[in-house]
Amino acid sequence: MSNRAINILVPIISVILGLIVGAIVMVVTGYDPIKGYTALWNGIFGDIYTIGETIRQITPYILAGLAVAFAFRTGLFNIGVEGQLIMGWAAAVYVGFAVEGLPKLIHLPLALLAAAAAGAFWAFIAGYLKARFSIHEVIVTIMLNYTALHIANALIKSWSGKERTENILPTASLGSTWLEEITEYSRLHWGIVIAIIMVFIMWFILERTTLGFELKAVGFNKNAAEYAGMSVKKNIILAMTISGVFAGLAGAMEALGTFGYMAIRSGFTGIGFDGIAVALLGANTPLGVVFGASLFGALKFGATNMPNAANIPLEIVSIIIALIIFFVASGYVIRIALEKFGKKKEGN
Amino acid sequence: MEYVIEMLGIRKEFGSFVANNNITLQLKKGEIHALLGENGAGKSTLMNVLFGLYQPEAGEIKVHGKSVKITDPNVANELGIGMVHQHFMLVENFTVTENIVLGNEPTKGGTVNIKEAAKNIKALSEKYGLDVDPYAKIEDISVGMQQRVEILKTLYRGAEILIFDEPTASLTPQEIKELIEIMKRLISEGKSIILITHKLNEIMEVSDRVTIIRKGEGIGTVVTAETNPDQLAELMVGRQVEFKTEKTVANPKDEALNIENLVVLDYRGIEKVKNLNLTVRKGEIVGIAGIDGNGQSELIEAITGLRKVKSGRVTLNGQDVTNKKPRQITESGIGHIPQDRHKHGLVLDFTIGHNIALQTYYKEPISKFGIIDYKKISNKAKQIIEEFDVRTGHGETTLARALSGGNQQKAIIGREVDRDPDLLIAALPTRGLDVGAIEFIHRRLIEQRDKGKAVLLISFELDEVMNVSDRIAVIYDGQIVDTLNANETTEQELGLLMAGQSKSKAAMKGDE
Ligand SMILES: Nc1ncnc2c1ncn2[C@@H]1O[C@H](COP(=O)(O)OP(=O)(O)OP(=O)(O)O)[C@@H](O)[C@H]1O
Ligand SMILES: [Mg+2]
Repeated sequence: MSNRAINILVPIISVILGLIVGAIVMVVTGYDPIKGYTALWNGIFGDIYTIGETIRQITPYILAGLAVAFAFRTGLFNIGVEGQLIMGWAAAVYVGFAVEGLPKLIHLPLALLAAAAAGAFWAFIAGYLKARFSIHEVIVTIMLNYTALHIANALIKSWSGKERTENILPTASLGSTWLEEITEYSRLHWGIVIAIIMVFIMWFILERTTLGFELKAVGFNKNAAEYAGMSVKKNIILAMTISGVFAGLAGAMEALGTFGYMAIRSGFTGIGFDGIAVALLGANTPLGVVFGASLFGALKFGATNMPNAANIPLEIVSIIIALIIFFVASGYVIRIALEKFGKKKEGN
Repeated sequence: MEYVIEMLGIRKEFGSFVANNNITLQLKKGEIHALLGENGAGKSTLMNVLFGLYQPEAGEIKVHGKSVKITDPNVANELGIGMVHQHFMLVENFTVTENIVLGNEPTKGGTVNIKEAAKNIKALSEKYGLDVDPYAKIEDISVGMQQRVEILKTLYRGAEILIFDEPTASLTPQEIKELIEIMKRLISEGKSIILITHKLNEIMEVSDRVTIIRKGEGIGTVVTAETNPDQLAELMVGRQVEFKTEKTVANPKDEALNIENLVVLDYRGIEKVKNLNLTVRKGEIVGIAGIDGNGQSELIEAITGLRKVKSGRVTLNGQDVTNKKPRQITESGIGHIPQDRHKHGLVLDFTIGHNIALQTYYKEPISKFGIIDYKKISNKAKQIIEEFDVRTGHGETTLARALSGGNQQKAIIGREVDRDPDLLIAALPTRGLDVGAIEFIHRRLIEQRDKGKAVLLISFELDEVMNVSDRIAVIYDGQIVDTLNANETTEQELGLLMAGQSKSKAAMKGDE
């Protein structure tokens, strides 16, 4: 089987398997799978409003997925997208409400930039520690997730003295009355355009630039990269930092688009972690990530319609969604198995 | 006569590329059967078919006269077929025993019974004179020992038929001698062997018959006693091959490389290069002769910036390059064909085209303002593939991993020579190459010299060093113990110097 065929087949099969097992769970627990899936469908594509909301939901998933995928392609495992996203969220909100008197043309880009920089800095720490002291990025990024969560909470308190920050100024908002109007007043915002631009940027960096060439070479074979005069350390740090830019922007989507503020959280948003599955589902390619994010965003959002429209309790819904994700993840295992097998065959 | 293995009319395709076409190989019981062919002729592919790693598109395999389908290596194992691969498949930080039992661990009460296994392995090792310590860690033993572990692995699984894919390519001459003894021992114990090698003298020495393939086609089988190296080379390449490359007298000019009092440590901090001095001038080829492990790797790595120099000075064209970064050194005019092509030479998961651009991807004309023109990479790659006769399945878009070992090497050599460096460092440049390709590479090295470039050749094969070099520097224990003119020395003299004999003694013995 060609690589391309595998890339396309694996996710499709895993989603179908997930849906089938999800249906079995519904039958076993005494719910009607047809009704359940109809509700899910309607929750995603039911009307213009739900479509608008679905797209809104997909937006941060795209960016989180890009962050994970970019790191993967350069041989790194960025588990810290969640923390980078939270830092990005906090930075964007702060610039959004605290910097006054700027026109939108400057204020909005400034807020986005702040988010990107915050995410990048958070990821840079992990990249630096890996390059300088060979500390594994997985461990560092996991710890940095918690650090980010608590720092953000502390910042929110110190900024506002309350449980949540002020709202951002309209000049920093991604919101669009036009997009809201054409989607029957969903919360759809311009973030999706930024996400799509970033999809293109990731493709461009990896497939067209010398930087991407180096990052991939270092990811595949450090020794050969070093032999060819590339700086392994510099590239590890850069790869992580760029990954963090994507993650930080994912936070900006929540800060400047969906919510317009940041509230103290007791736990993670989950978007960063789902980004891992999104990237895997998308085979770590930019376009694949769009596909993976669409599936995730759609499921997550559409599922909220299942308790209302089909009387399926939220717990069961979560199980079904988790099953689909599970099959996607094991699809990845299948892929690895297929590729390993293929590689063995290719070796001489 | 009974055949233990018959491969009849085998055909294997990779997409639109035919790697094996109508190849027949019949192995008699108790014989050493050599398989000969150019790089990329399809030898490894044919053996992978026999070992169950590939499924043939056509043809039949018979084991002991019975037609069989070898669907995977486990089936091959059950049929008594074992393979020692071109690139070893061992887990570095496992012990010998752990590696050997991996996949069919003997269990006792649910736990792996390593002791029992180690005892059996020890016994096997003694029976075939392999001298392997069952408790040694793979990373601590030499390449030759690792190969014996691979052999033991197949024997442990009850192999009656052993396939050796280029077993001597990475061995020292001494290790080769020992391996040949081991093979003879195996035969006397009733095993049968298929041996792939590019070294015709080895074929002449140990094999009973030779099957030749050329560009995927079976050419035929000859009896070793009735043939000679010239005929074999001609059968395999399809034309006459010069074993000794003709060259004119060198015309050395200014110094290109100068090394003064160089001291280099290895990764454990042990001094491997000790106060070494060496000069290579433009227009000459200096060969470094020495037994593996006398500081050659550390010396090259220090010159090319891959390893820190502890003290001493390296100058290139009069410019100090000591402890400069690899890229600065490359740009000041050094080309480097690395010793280990999989570790340093190639990114195996890149296409061969991208690998050819590995040293130039960031420079004009290939890229401008940090943006790569991939069209230019393909064009350059096509030119080098053509010029250096790199045989690929699908042109420059083939993954480097999918190239045969010899063709990977040709691509690296093409990349480095094409940059036309002032100093070309060639470390074991012909390892794993067929005689035709070796002739070609030697000619390219001499051509560089004739263009007024300096060439530093490191090789463990005396033949090669004596053939190609103008001057020979003998390295022993991290020092150049002597430098001789290639046409004024003998193999004996070099051999003695390489073994650490002092100069006067070596000269005396050389005269005897
Ligand atoms: N998995 C693969 N996919 C595509 N082409 C392949 C694959 N494996 C081998 N080939 C091609 O088949 C041809 C034969 O390769 P093979 O490895 O059998 O050569 P070989 O005779 O062992 O050469 P060498 O002496 O250099 O090791 C080569 O041209 C190689 O590029
Ligand atoms: Mg081979």
